Parts: sequence; structure tokens; C-alpha cells
Amino acid sequence: MTTFIIRRLGGLVFVIFGVSLLTFFLAQLVPADPVAAALGSNARNEQVEAYRQQLGLDQPVVTQYAIYMGRMLQGDLGASIRTRRAVADDLRDYLPATIELTLAALFVTILIGIPLGILAALNRNTWIDGGARILALIGGAMPIFYVGLVLLGVFYRQLQWLPGPGRLDSTVQPPTNITGLYTVDALLTGNWLVFGNAVSHLILPAITLGLFSTAVLLRMTRSSMLEMLGQDYVRTAKAKGLAQRLVVGRHVFKNALPPILTIIGILFGSLLSGAVLTETIFNWPGIGRYATTSVTTLDYPAVMGVALVAAVIYPLVNTLVDIGYSVIDPRVRTH
Amino acid sequence: MQATASAAPIPTRRVLSPNALMLRRFTKEKTAVFGLLVILLFALLAVFAPLLAPFDPLAQDIPNGLAPPSAEHWMGTDKLGRDIFSRMLYGARISLGAGLGVVIMAGLVGTLVGIVAGYVGGWLDEALMRVTDIFFAFPSLILAMAIAGALGPSLQNALIAVAVVTWPVYARLIRGQVLVLRDREFVLAARSVGASHGLILRRHLFPNTLSPLLVQASFEMGTVILAVAGLSFIGFGAQPPTPEWGVMISEGRNYITTHWWLTFFPAMAMLFAVAGFNLVGDGLRDVLDPRLRR
Repeated sequence: MTTFIIRRLGGLVFVIFGVSLLTFFLAQLVPADPVAAALGSNARNEQVEAYRQQLGLDQPVVTQYAIYMGRMLQGDLGASIRTRRAVADDLRDYLPATIELTLAALFVTILIGIPLGILAALNRNTWIDGGARILALIGGAMPIFYVGLVLLGVFYRQLQWLPGPGRLDSTVQPPTNITGLYTVDALLTGNWLVFGNAVSHLILPAITLGLFSTAVLLRMTRSSMLEMLGQDYVRTAKAKGLAQRLVVGRHVFKNALPPILTIIGILFGSLLSGAVLTETIFNWPGIGRYATTSVTTLDYPAVMGVALVAAVIYPLVNTLVDIGYSVIDPRVRTH
Repeated sequence: MQATASAAPIPTRRVLSPNALMLRRFTKEKTAVFGLLVILLFALLAVFAPLLAPFDPLAQDIPNGLAPPSAEHWMGTDKLGRDIFSRMLYGARISLGAGLGVVIMAGLVGTLVGIVAGYVGGWLDEALMRVTDIFFAFPSLILAMAIAGALGPSLQNALIAVAVVTWPVYARLIRGQVLVLRDREFVLAARSVGASHGLILRRHLFPNTLSPLLVQASFEMGTVILAVAGLSFIGFGAQPPTPEWGVMISEGRNYITTHWWLTFFPAMAMLFAVAGFNLVGDGLRDVLDPRLRR
């Protein structure tokens, strides 16, 4: 068990190293001069040179990378050219918004995907199954930026049932910062008004972001359930007169669960990544939007920071899922 | 002892070649055939767009802007009076072309890496797979955005970016196939009669990786179409006034409730094209790999 965990974490360190190398290489690719872009066209040559030295851009590439790595290991991701703040500080501000949105989308995914997948499998080849499969097909093929725009247009602009872009109404003060997740912080401080407002702001972006993963989870749950329903022990359980509810709950779903859990772990990672489009549409102050603005302004220290953090979270979540998985099912450790 | 020879003729069954058999199985998958028809329709629309389009997709007619669908403009016009139907047709060219281009680029690189990794094995395999790990760890859209941003926003650079992000999928897939195949009897037999590595790779290993490759490519077409449109939507892909579906939705975003046709038709085009490829991918997988049949 311990060696399994150590091996996975060792792989993680390697991946982080690789990701930093890749982003660093990308930053070198940029043809435009970020320094000139940051200082504007009126900057004098010596100003540009001084800023360049300050950023270490006058050093050879290898030295630059060594400096970058050395700082990174101390948690220093450099300074953003655009915001002139430490990238780590920027990320600390933006990351909680993305995590909150991702968790909300995952909640939507699980809430809809698993029950519908089970229903579809239990009612195979009926209209329920057909409907669920069409939903999965549409969810997997719909451009989510269109879905987001339509939801905003209908439920915010037209019907005014739900609030518009942003994490809170402009009249509402954010809760005391504890975790950075507004809903959690509002709950912790017992601030129900803020909690309700934060939740209502989460609904539309969470549905938008969660649509694709709902489709994936629905399909996965359906096929995993179908596979288990065809097993001999299910027939035995039915034959001995066990109620359908118990057969499904106690036998089928439990055994269908491992692949479903794995896919949820993978989906969490892809949701973090997919948040870019959703955050743009809903003006959500998360790392996706931070990355978009940073790329637009060629602020590559910031882009590298986002990439690094995202690239750590994704394998970290998958590693955690794998470890959890190996606790539930010891057979996977040998693979 | 030929007494039975003249008796009732033995009912003969035509023996089908494996390919014909697969084709027959595929045609039995109704949803897959539907998907294929949708793709074919889009392909025809894309190829014959210049003949089919009633208007120049870039021609502006501002007095006639934001006109709802009518007999003249089947899908209405956008704010600059451009015919949406014509733009959607040309958009099919761009999206299908983009999908095909990226799938071929990424598929070639990925297949090559996968075959080499799987066949050679050892430290080279280990190294190449660790490289794919790094790419998988990256959130793909952020990486694609960073690449497209670094190269400068254009459709071509968006395609390169998406190809860079997607090749590891093929590499992993093909490597897995080659690992299984490499120790199979027919490969060992070929090796024992002195076939060169090149010949074994070309004649024995590569053809046997084609079916999973085809399935993956079909799914990837859908993914790539969405990714390229997404990049264009946020400004890192095709640029206005290009009649690209993502650009069209971006241009019509402020009219979503007031003039729905600006964004609805390109979105539906994308939905159908992507769903078509996904259905074909499902069907192909069921046909080519009956073990996964559910």
C-alpha cells in the first residue's frame, strides 16, 4: 500500500517538473515582447532594459529556467506582468472561485447523471432509456458556450428568475474569507443571506459546466449497471425473492460503483479545465478567466502559474481517487 | 455411397468476408447509420458550399440586418445583414476541415510515437509515456489557449494547438495495441522467418491498430470541432469575419434572446455534426470490438 502511494506521488513530482518545463518552453515561443507590451510603446530603452533585468529576462534561457525552478520550489511563481502582483497571490484569489464552480458542477453531474443512468439501465430499451440516451448524446455534443449564453439569456435577462454574471450581487458583501468558497464561508459564519445569494449565482454556471460531464457519467453509470445486472449473482438474488430495490441497492449498484468513482475523479479534472469557457461567459473570477486574460496580454508568468496549479490538481485528484480505489478494491494495487 | 447426394439441396449460406460482415453489422446499428448519414450530409454541404450557398458569406447588407428566417434568407441574417445559411455552409467547411486536419496531424504523430514506444519498449517506451503523462496532466483547453496565444491567434494556430494537445491520446491507445500484438503468434512467426522490423511494423502491427484508431478518430472529430469552436469563441481561433461556427455564436451573443437565429443555427450545426461523429464512433466500437457490446 505504502509503496503504491509513494510510486504514484513520485510520478506526480515528475509530471510537475515536466509541466513546468513545457510552460517555460511555451513562454519562450511568444514572438511578441511581453516587457514592451507591459510598459507600453512610450517606454524608454533603459526602462525596458531595467525591467528586463528585474524579471531576469537578460539571462540565458537555461539560467532563467533554473532560477524559475528554484523559486517555484519555494512557492514563488514569479510576478504577473499585467497585475504586477505575485502570481501565487493572484492564484490564491482566483482559485477558490474555480474550485467552488467545479464542485457545484460536479454536484449537478452526480445529482443528474447517476440516477438517470440507473433508471435507464433498469428500464433498458424503453422510452426512459431512450430519453436518457438522447440527453447524453445532446449533452456530449452541445457547445457549452452556447448553452451558457442561452441559460443566461432565458433565466436572467428574460425571466429574471436567477441572477446574472458574477459570484454575488453587487449589493452583497462577500463573507469573511476562510476557505474562499463563498457558500462554505457563508455557512461557517452563519450568513444565510450571502449563502442564498452565492448559491443562486452558482446555479446557471454549474449547469452549463456540468452538462458535458453529466452526459459522460450518465453513459458510464448506465453501462456499468447493465453489466452488473447481467451477472449470475443478480439472478440468484432475484430468484431467492429479494425485492428489486434491495437487489439494485445492495448488489448491483455497489458493484457498479468502482468505474463510476474513477470516472468522477477524471471528470473533476476535466471540469477544472473546461471552466475556461464557462467562466468567460458568466464573468466568473476564477483561474480560467485569469488564464484567458493572461494569454491575451501575453502575461506568461501568470499563464505558467495557472498551468502549473491546474496540472498539479488534476493528477493529484486522480492519484487520490486511485488510492481511495485501492483501499476499496485491493486488486488494483498489483497493476 | 452417394445416396444422399441427390437428396434435398443443402441450404447454402453465402460466406461473407470479414469486411462485409462488419459492414453488415454496422448497418444494423440504426443510430450509427443515422450518425453516418448526418456526417455525409455535412460533408456534402461543406464540399458544395460555393454552389449551394445562396449568398456570399461575407457580403454585408446592413439595411437588411437582423432579419428573421424567411423564404429569401432561410436562417435569417446577422447584424451586418450577412446570410446565416450561407455562413453556416461555409462554416461546415471550416469545422469539418479543421477536425480532419487536426485528427490527421495528431493521429499521425500519436500513432508513430505509440508504435515506436510499444514495439521498442524499454527506456524509450518509459520516456515517451512519461511525456504523454505530462500532456495528460495539463488542462487541455488552457494548454491549447496558451499555445494559440503564444503563436498568435488564428485558425491555423488553433489547429496546431489542438493537435499538440490531442496527440497523446493516440500514442497511448496505439502503444497499448502494439504491446498486446507484439507477442502474438503471427508476429513471432513473421519474425522467425526473418522479417525485418520495418516489415513487421508495416505489414503486421500497423494494420491491426487501424480499427481502434478509426474509433478514436471518430470520437476525436467531435472533440476537435468543439475545441476549435471554443477557442474561436474566446478569440484564440478563427477571427471575424470568418464564417466559423464558434465565431458566429460569439458575434451573436448579445442577440441570444432577441434574435435567436444568429446563434441557434450554428449551434445546432455543431450539435448535429459532433453527435454524428459520436454516434459513428459508438457504432464502430460496437462492431469492431464486440467484447464491449452492451
